[in-house]
Amino acid sequence: MDMNQYLDMFIEESKEHLQAINANLLLLESDPGNIGHVKEIFRSAHTLKGMSATMGYEDMASLTHEAENVLDLIRNQKLTITSDIMDAIFQSVDLIEGMVIDITEGGDGSADVTAIVKKLRAIVAGDFSAEQEVAAATMAVEAPQEESTPAEDHELDDYAMMVLKQSQELGNNVLWIKVTLNENCLLKAARSYMVFDQLESMGEVIKTKPAVEDIENERFEQSFEIAYVTEQSIEKVRTTILNISEIQDVTIETIQMKSEAPPAPVVQQTPAPAEKGAADAPQAPVKKATAGGKTIRVDIERLDILMNLFSELVIDRGRLEQLAREIGKNELQETVEHMSRISGDLQNIILTMRMVPVEQVFNRFPRMIRDLQKDLNKKVNLEIIGAETELDRTVIDEIGDPLNHLLRNSLDHGIESPADRKKAGKPEEGKIELRAFHSGNHVFIEVKDDGAGINKDKVLKKALERGIVNPAIADSMSDKQIHELLFAAGFSTAEVVSDISGRGVGLDVVKSKIESLGGSVGVDSVRGQGTTFLIQLPLTLSIISAMLVQVKDEKYAVPLSSIIETAVFKKDQIMMAHRQKVIDFRGRVVPLVSLQDIFQVPDNGETTEDEVAVVIVRKGEKMAGLVVDSFIGQQEIVLKSLGKYLVNVFAISGATILGDGQVALIIDCNSLIK
Amino acid sequence: MLDQKEVISEVKVIVFRLKDEEYGVEVHQVKSIEKLEHITRVPRTPSFVKGVINLRGVVTPIIDLRNRFSLEESVYSETTRIIIVAVGELEVGLIVDAANDVIDIPVDAIEPPPEVVGGVEAAYLRGVAKLDKRLLILLNLDKVLSTEEIKQLDAIEG
Repeated sequence: MDMNQYLDMFIEESKEHLQAINANLLLLESDPGNIGHVKEIFRSAHTLKGMSATMGYEDMASLTHEAENVLDLIRNQKLTITSDIMDAIFQSVDLIEGMVIDITEGGDGSADVTAIVKKLRAIVAGDFSAEQEVAAATMAVEAPQEESTPAEDHELDDYAMMVLKQSQELGNNVLWIKVTLNENCLLKAARSYMVFDQLESMGEVIKTKPAVEDIENERFEQSFEIAYVTEQSIEKVRTTILNISEIQDVTIETIQMKSEAPPAPVVQQTPAPAEKGAADAPQAPVKKATAGGKTIRVDIERLDILMNLFSELVIDRGRLEQLAREIGKNELQETVEHMSRISGDLQNIILTMRMVPVEQVFNRFPRMIRDLQKDLNKKVNLEIIGAETELDRTVIDEIGDPLNHLLRNSLDHGIESPADRKKAGKPEEGKIELRAFHSGNHVFIEVKDDGAGINKDKVLKKALERGIVNPAIADSMSDKQIHELLFAAGFSTAEVVSDISGRGVGLDVVKSKIESLGGSVGVDSVRGQGTTFLIQLPLTLSIISAMLVQVKDEKYAVPLSSIIETAVFKKDQIMMAHRQKVIDFRGRVVPLVSLQDIFQVPDNGETTEDEVAVVIVRKGEKMAGLVVDSFIGQQEIVLKSLGKYLVNVFAISGATILGDGQVALIIDCNSLIK
Repeated sequence: MLDQKEVISEVKVIVFRLKDEEYGVEVHQVKSIEKLEHITRVPRTPSFVKGVINLRGVVTPIIDLRNRFSLEESVYSETTRIIIVAVGELEVGLIVDAANDVIDIPVDAIEPPPEVVGGVEAAYLRGVAKLDKRLLILLNLDKVLSTEEIKQLDAIEG
C-alpha cells in the first residue's frame, strides 16, 4: 500500500495530538488529581500509537505504547503522578515530537528510544509494585472492576474452571490474554504457534478461543484469546508476546475466580477499541463536540484552485452586469444583482476558509515556557489572550518561530530572577502576556512582560561599539529609536546577551521574518516595568488591500501597506531640486516619481490637467511620491505571481486580476525608493 | 524494408502560420489555443514580451513570435491566435498569425534545419519537415522560451 498519500495527514494529526498531549500534561501538572486530563492524554497517545504503527514508524509506535502503559495505570488510579513520572512522559512526548519532525523532513522517524522505554517500563513495573497495596485497596473498594472479568464471561468449562481456581490458590496468575495480529500478517497460524510456544515455556495454556484446531488452520480473524496460568508477572508475559513480530496488540486481564482470593494486580494492555470506547463513552463525545466542533480537513491547494475558479466567476459576473445594464431588462438586471450578492457572500466564505485560529501556534508555548523557566530558575506565568483570533493558514505556518524567539527573549532577558524581583518590590512570579487581536485589516500579536525593561544606555553603548549608530546622532536619539536598535542586523551576539541586561538575541531575524510576511514589529519598554513587543500582520498573504491607480490607459495596484496617503498637488507646487522633481509634503521634501516615465507607458494623447495626483509611499523612513493620472479606488486584490518566465521584473512584485478580467500589475514600492 | 517502414513513429504537431511560412510545435507541448484578448503590458521587459493575460485565473506571459524571430511585426487580425505552450515549469503564450491544423509527421520526413530559414535563427529550430508540397518548420521550444535573453537584458539595464 502506498502510504505517501496518508503522510501529510499523519503528520498533521500527529502534531495535533502532540499539542493536545502537551496542553493536557500542563493542566495535569497544575491539577494532578484530575483524571480527566489523563484520559484525554491517553486517548491522544492511543491514537498516535495506532497511527504510527499503521504508517510503519516502529520506534514511535513502541514508545507511545510504553507511555500509554504508564498513562493507563494513572488513568485507572493505580499509579500516583509524581514529578518524575511527569518528566518521563514529557520526555517521551519530546522524543515523539522529534520523530514527527524527522518524518516531516523526509526522514524515517527512527530514534533511539531504549533509554526512555526503560524508564517507562521501570515506572510500570517498579513503581507499580510499590503502589500495589494502595491499588489493591482501591480496587477492593471500588465495586465494578472493568479490567478483570468474571470467569463466566469467558465460557470456561468446569474442568478449566477447576484448574484455574487451583492455580490461583497456589499463587499463580490466572490470565485471559487477547492477542491481535497485524492486519497484514501473512502466516497467521505460524504466528499464533509462536505465541503458544512462548507461552508454554512460562506456564500453561488452559483454553483457547477459538479452539486450538481452528487456530492452527487459520480459522480466525485478527485475534485469538487464551486462558493462561503462569507464575510469571503480567508484564513478563506481555513483553514476551510483544517480542514476537507482527503482533499488533496484547490485552491481558486477570480472570476473577469466585473464590475469595485477593484480586491480583492488573495491567491492562491497550484495550481493544470497542472496550475503550465504551469505557470512555460517558465524557468523551460531549467534550469533543464542544472543543473541536465539526471540521473537515482540506488540502490548501484545493482552496487555491477554488479561489482561482471563483475569480473566473467574478469576471463573468462583471460581464453579466455590464450586459444587463446595456440590455436594460428589469428581470435580467434583478437576477444579475441577486447573483452578484450571492457571489459576494461566497467570496467572503472562500476567503475565511483559509483562516485558522492562532491557537494552533499559541498552544505550544506553555510547554516551552515551562521547560525554560526550569532551566533558567525563574518563575513566570504565561497568560494567553485571544487565542481564537484567526489568521490565514500561510501566515500561521510562519509566525511560530518569531513568536518563540520573542517569548524566549522575554523570559531570558526580560523577567528578572525571583530574588531580583523581590528586591524590586515585585511578586516573585513574573508575568508574560501573549495576546492576539484583530484591528482593521490586520492582526496584532503582543508579547508583553513585566520584567526589567530595556536598559537603553547599554543598548546604545553596544550599538556604538558595533558601529551600528553614528556617534554624531547618538545624543539626539529618542528612547524609541534606541529600543528599535535591538532589531538592527549585527546587534546581537552571544556575548552581548550575557552583559546586557536588556535584550538582543537575534531580533533582526524576527524582524526580517515578520517583514517577509508583510507585517511589522515594534518594541516599547519602560525601565523597571517591562517590555512590549507588538507584531502587526496582514490577515492573509494571498489577499491584500491596494489602491488602484490609472496611468494613461494602464491600471496599476499599489499595496496599501506602503501608502502613507494620497494627495493632489497643483503643478506650481512642484519644485526642482538637483534636476529632480520634488514636493513639500508636511514640511518634508519628497521626490516625485513619474510612473508614466518609469514604466514607459505609451501616451494616449490626453492632455493632463494642471493638477497631479500623487500617491505618497514609504520604505522605512524614506518617502517618495508616485505621480499617477487618477485614483481608481481602494480594493481587496488577490495576489498572483507573474510566473517563472518573467522573473525580476523591475518594480513589479506580482499581478492581480481585476473585475473585468484584465490583469493589473502590482507595484513594488520598495524598489522605487533608493 | 516495408515492414520496417510501418513501425516508424510519427509526431503529432500543431501547425501555425507566421508571415508566409508554416511552423509546427509538438502537440504534447501545447496546452490550448486562445483567441487574442486584452494583454496587460509589463514594463521594462524585452520587446518580444507583449505582456500578460488572464488565462482562466492564471497570469500567463505572452510572447510575440514574429518579434522573437526578428520578423517584421504585423497588426493583429481576426486569425491571430495565442498558442499556450508548456515546457517544464514554464507556461507561455505565443502570438501567431494563424493556427489551423493538426497533422502527423513521419519522423523520417524531418531534416535538420538549414543554416538560414527566412531569417529565423537555426538555434530556434528542431528541423524541417517536407510533406508533399508543404514545408513545415519545427520549433525547438526550449530555445525559444529560454529566459537567458531576458536575464541578459536585465543585466544591461541593471
